[in-house]
Amino acid sequence: MLVQFRLNGRMVEKQATPNSSLLDFLRDGLEMTSVKKGCDEGRCGACTVLLNGKPVCSCLMLAVQVRDAEVTTIEGLSRPGELSVVQKAFLENNGYQCGFCTPGMLLAAKALLDQNPDPSVEDIKEALEGNLCRCTGYEQIIESVSRAAEMMKTSVGA
Amino acid sequence: MSEELRPLPAFEYVAPRSLAEAIVLMKQHGGAAQLLSGGTDLLPRMRKRKCAPSVIVDLNGIPGLSFIEMRGNDLHIGAGTRLTELHESRIVKEKAGALAAALRVMASPGIRNRATIGGNLCNGSKCADTPPALLVLDASVTLRGSDGERIVPLSEFFTQREKPVPGCGKTVIRADEIMTEVIIPCRQGSSTFLKLGRRKGSSISIASVAAFAAITNGKFEDVRVAVGAVGSAPVRSRKVEAALRGMPANEENIERASALIKEEIEPISDVRGSAAYRKEMASVLIRRVLTRIATGER
Repeated sequence: MLVQFRLNGRMVEKQATPNSSLLDFLRDGLEMTSVKKGCDEGRCGACTVLLNGKPVCSCLMLAVQVRDAEVTTIEGLSRPGELSVVQKAFLENNGYQCGFCTPGMLLAAKALLDQNPDPSVEDIKEALEGNLCRCTGYEQIIESVSRAAEMMKTSVGA
Repeated sequence: MSEELRPLPAFEYVAPRSLAEAIVLMKQHGGAAQLLSGGTDLLPRMRKRKCAPSVIVDLNGIPGLSFIEMRGNDLHIGAGTRLTELHESRIVKEKAGALAAALRVMASPGIRNRATIGGNLCNGSKCADTPPALLVLDASVTLRGSDGERIVPLSEFFTQREKPVPGCGKTVIRADEIMTEVIIPCRQGSSTFLKLGRRKGSSISIASVAAFAAITNGKFEDVRVAVGAVGSAPVRSRKVEAALRGMPANEENIERASALIKEEIEPISDVRGSAAYRKEMASVLIRRVLTRIATGER
């Protein structure tokens, strides 16, 4: 089936079989390899993408379901040569170790900050609840999101 | 072995644009077709080969299945309403305390953004969190099929089975029926929900409890208690309810009534908890929800 949708701001068109998950479609068909396959059953959050601005587990959707929708992955967060504020904040605050959970964390954090520019630690914990980090770096991740919120208030840029 | 995750099996995918069209498709394919709403439960089940439908009928393109509105004294919720919308709804918070409390401890944002209330009910999972809340709110569900529409009280919606029968429905919904809405009558009183799980996000309940009570002149006038994850299906606790009705809403009565749940349920022992632990916890949770309602604590 032909799937036409907006991926990171650009219209794309690609054939997908009904039984391919959005996760496999993005990784294998469209080479969006930032989207990670962890558990493939909605528990780890590594496959998080934004669907019309809201975080969803791409392993729990079919590729054919994103027709006419807007999907954002990490590839769509930064401009060439320039990281987004959330990415910078994670980088500067050691908000990652092995990096496997990082794309999901960044997108969950972006979705939170788009909706709530001044989140409390509790708000951040709730927003990242579905994203697991096996390196146990939650403290730095939470600090990174708080820092991103501060940076957005004071800085210019995306 | 059945727990092993494999790629999704092949199926035919159809996305009807109307409810009537979807009902025709379900009738046509009989039990071979499966409705897709949020997909957050269905896709993992298909990967584990717990079900392998030959046709998937996607409900997401059908307009009019997602709404939250008051009609007279009843709160109507479209079956396709996503948990996020319910979680953020002021009306749900004001009119359906137990449901709002259940939503606060359900799943993670990525799941809530897809999962629907209709899906949570139609899966018939014994450990789903919305059923105990909706049971104490005396909710009904509207089912539409090729023979028309029927309204079923939620207390009659889940089938009680001693042992799960593979391929048999866990609810009374027929192969060609689609749940369209949940109706909650709003009555005087207060309700809440508590669950015990290993952690909050994506945590599956070890035991869950909801209660509704109207207390007049210090006495339980109207009271409903329901439990989840401690039997073959979410269920009302008639013994606890009977022990409280008309009684003064005090610590002693709550304590005594809560203990009765242990005689009423037959939980399973599994990796999340033993049967004895589940019985004990169900009793503790009932005491806590009733105490919260009696003391006006939210």
